[in-house]
Amino acid sequence: MSADTHGHAADGHHEIEMPHASMRDYVIGFVLSVILTAIPFWLVMTMPLSAGATGAIIMGFAVVQIVVHMVFFLHMTPKAEGGWSLTSLIFTVIVVVIMLAGSLWVMHHLNTNMMPMPHEPTSQTTGQIP
Amino acid sequence: MSAPTMTAKTLTAPTSANEPVQFYDLDEHAHPEGHSTMLGFWIYLMSDCLIFAILFACYAVLGGSYAAGPAPKDLFDLKLIALNTAMLLFSSITYGFAVLQMQQGKVRGVQIWLAVTALFGLAFLGIELYEFHHLIEIGAGPQRSAFLSSFFTLVGTHGLHVTFGIIWLVTLMFQLSKHGLIAANKRRVMCLSMFWHFLDVVWIGVFTFVYLMGVLR
Repeated sequence: MSADTHGHAADGHHEIEMPHASMRDYVIGFVLSVILTAIPFWLVMTMPLSAGATGAIIMGFAVVQIVVHMVFFLHMTPKAEGGWSLTSLIFTVIVVVIMLAGSLWVMHHLNTNMMPMPHEPTSQTTGQIP
Repeated sequence: MSAPTMTAKTLTAPTSANEPVQFYDLDEHAHPEGHSTMLGFWIYLMSDCLIFAILFACYAVLGGSYAAGPAPKDLFDLKLIALNTAMLLFSSITYGFAVLQMQQGKVRGVQIWLAVTALFGLAFLGIELYEFHHLIEIGAGPQRSAFLSSFFTLVGTHGLHVTFGIIWLVTLMFQLSKHGLIAANKRRVMCLSMFWHFLDVVWIGVFTFVYLMGVLR
């Protein structure tokens, strides 16, 4: 980048590049988030669908809403900070996915391969409410 | 290995034959103050994201271990959570208004909207503390089961972030009243904007994954 040609001249009142926000972005983001929040809450509170379908739908809504927040509130674009914001985001997402999927996978197998234990009221966690 | 060719490229003036070869760039060209703050802060947020990812993973693993205690279905009041989510969403858009005021160079407007954001943040925290207090009072504290331990850790960490966000908001309001909209303050407003919206992103995960899925389970 041409930092040495502009650097000294712009020293006086350097304007650091900031993402430009607009009212339109925030309003679109807000309206979408309200819709994407209200529908999952409504689905779970009134349960018009089966539990499995509801679960899949609200997870999908969450992913969409996270993207909406990233784009409209965090002003995430492929070009922000010369692409480095997006690069670090993608890296983080990859690490997060590996960590979440790996933890669940390993711990699930650990649980299913555990030796069957005699029933002790204190140590057994069955996931059932008596 | 390729140092001589590197210096040849990076040095601006062509080196004469008797000048010693420099293996690093001695000519420190000016970086405007704070030119990398936004990216650096973003990378901090990504590392914070990893903290939350770990806590989410803990909750995903331990969230079904009730130790014969209460399950999410018995504990969570979705109406309260919906109200809480609304508070955080409102605070997101009011922070957006503060940023817009900043772009128009209106200090007063920024401060007013920051104050409104802080109020919504405080409302969020109040509701969350009420919920925690209620849970602990009915005997569903963090020591009751692995599910509740991981729940309190995850949601509590988020709440702690919001607390620090509010402290930062108040500090920034003082900074603004003292120095006005100088470049440094603009940068701070934008960093806190990222922090605040990032917390909202984490909360999407919390209300979906912990509360809604918990009630479905």
